[in-house]
Amino acid sequence: MMLSQLLFLIILGTASFFFAKRIAVIRRNILSGIDWDGSDRKVERLKTMLWVALGQGKMTARPVAGILHIIVYAGFVIINIEMLEIVIDGIFGTHRVFAFLGSFYNVLIASFEWLAAGVLVACVVFFIRRNGMALARLTSKDLQGWPSLDANIILVAEVLLMFAFLSMNAADAIAQSRGLEHYIEAGSFPVSSLLMPLYSGLSDAGIIAVERGMWWAHIAGVLSFLVYVPYSKHFHIILAFPNTYFSNLNEPAAMDNMEAVTKEVQLMMDPSADPFAAAPADAVPPKFGAKDATDLTWKQLMEAYTCTECGRCTSECPANQTGKLLSPRRIMMSTRDRIEEIGVSREANGGEWKPDGKSLLGDWISEEELWACTSCQACVQACPINISPMGIILDMRRSLIMEDSKSPESITSMFNNIENNGAPWAFPAGDRGNWTSEV
Amino acid sequence: MAELTASGQTPDVLFWVGCAGSFDDRAKRITKAIARILIASDTSFAVLGQEESCTGDPAKRAGNEFLYQMQAAQNIATLNGYEIKRIITGCPHCFNVLKNEYPELGGKYEVLHHTQFIRELIETGKLRMADGGPFKGKRITFHDPCYLGRGNGEYLAPREVIQKLDAELLEMRRCKQNAMCCGAGGAQMFKEAEAGKAEVNHERTNEALENKPEVIATGCPFCNTMITDGVKNANQESEVEVKDIAELIAEAADLFDPSAS
Repeated sequence: MMLSQLLFLIILGTASFFFAKRIAVIRRNILSGIDWDGSDRKVERLKTMLWVALGQGKMTARPVAGILHIIVYAGFVIINIEMLEIVIDGIFGTHRVFAFLGSFYNVLIASFEWLAAGVLVACVVFFIRRNGMALARLTSKDLQGWPSLDANIILVAEVLLMFAFLSMNAADAIAQSRGLEHYIEAGSFPVSSLLMPLYSGLSDAGIIAVERGMWWAHIAGVLSFLVYVPYSKHFHIILAFPNTYFSNLNEPAAMDNMEAVTKEVQLMMDPSADPFAAAPADAVPPKFGAKDATDLTWKQLMEAYTCTECGRCTSECPANQTGKLLSPRRIMMSTRDRIEEIGVSREANGGEWKPDGKSLLGDWISEEELWACTSCQACVQACPINISPMGIILDMRRSLIMEDSKSPESITSMFNNIENNGAPWAFPAGDRGNWTSEV
Repeated sequence: MAELTASGQTPDVLFWVGCAGSFDDRAKRITKAIARILIASDTSFAVLGQEESCTGDPAKRAGNEFLYQMQAAQNIATLNGYEIKRIITGCPHCFNVLKNEYPELGGKYEVLHHTQFIRELIETGKLRMADGGPFKGKRITFHDPCYLGRGNGEYLAPREVIQKLDAELLEMRRCKQNAMCCGAGGAQMFKEAEAGKAEVNHERTNEALENKPEVIATGCPFCNTMITDGVKNANQESEVEVKDIAELIAEAADLFDPSAS
């Protein structure tokens, strides 16, 4: 075995190890949420995933970002076929192992090149949109610090990776034309031929150095990216699929029913129930609504890890548009930050959770934000991968009301009116039919 | 409803009036328009009157699931007691709860928003527009209520009904699934807005006013309140009317006694 093959295996193994380790952590964090059953309506779920994630069905609601995203997405998915060849070459010390495909191989390589060029251009445009134009959703204070840096790291990395890929091909094409050993004639290079003048002045040894250097830079870059992605908002490239599979398939306006409350209400209304019956000794009193990240369902925690912070939700939110504190995107980012923190703390305590006196509601998300929501579902509609910030907001309101009895005074009177008069206003129920005399 | 049952009759539909439609003076006019439409189309209908109670929607959306489920249990007992099969309502919030949230608690009915029912009445010829309708050629823009449109996917019924008026239907910049909220949903109707730089209803109304409409049509009593306020804020109340689709239809079908308000 050649040294380069050994080195390749070490890099590949190390990257895979760290990737798998991080995935295990995220999986554990997500599963620290409460139960949620998504085992129903499998065909409908699959269709939703195919349309929304694979088919990018909701992306083009914003045409510029949407079309550029589809180019990068297609590039990412299809260029990964080339990754297969690179990995095989790396392990077995071969060169362009799929070259035996002949003219089909040429078509493949040419299409990878066009896609690489598309990705490169799209990422440059994305970078300019993010840093050079004052687009509200990309420059908002939600993204200050790490989130903004994270986005730029990804864009720069993708540009560099595509450049390395094209340079590798350019040097390979030159080596082929000079008839250098190992460089069999294979591939068609419509885009990288533009880069050839950059390298054509080099000696044979120089060309080989560029080709090998770019090959290693590309694969090392891709594997570093693999390790980086699950620490980043960019993890949506994987989680978008399960997340859309487990999409809410009910009408967007329908809110879930709380079984625990149904039981209590039935008990309350059942004349034969014994109100003083002792609860079983091991009964855990139900917790109503979400105060901390672990009170959310695993699906909601998965949504937090899936969010790529594009901000379409926030830019469609009527509360945010009118200057209120609420930003649906920040609800998702805060949820992820908190569940990450809980995960780290758990790990430090040997898997046990020691309460740290903090909670998602209160320390990350304020009551003011929660009360600004009109439950209009614009955020849900806007999300290209069917995340529901509104679901988390409404679950937190449940905790505020049913656990802490905290509500704005006017909301308390609305509750009282419903309880006493059967209407949210203080009108006597007896007047309900008054209008009939005027028809 | 109680009287009908006592006399052994069963109406075809129950008209669920809703709290706004029962108590709010402006919304009561919408209720009366719906009632006139039902009467004029010979629909056999009833109302629950004092037996109707808040569906619990604002309580649920404000986080009070207990209160919501108490209300739901009470209403479902009433509705099931009368063996109600078909409900129409003038409020998209009631519509959503009755249609989507009561079934799980044992209340299963066919629920229609009044614009859906009016469309049905027109299509089956039970309701006819008068000749030379008062809205012929008028500029009407329609504001999609969140709980009817985005929330339940009904964009067509209100538009098809408006088209029966021979009016010019103008779409807003943001409409259908992209429509902006009026600002009342999620229990906002019952509280002051949080601090910000603008009011949601003013923003939405200004968007509607960009179309230079003579009428802003809605299908929700809360949207109506919010947009009426927005029109006042823009000092356009003498130029622009805010009306529910039921009111437009009742007028166009000449169902109003000229002496009645």
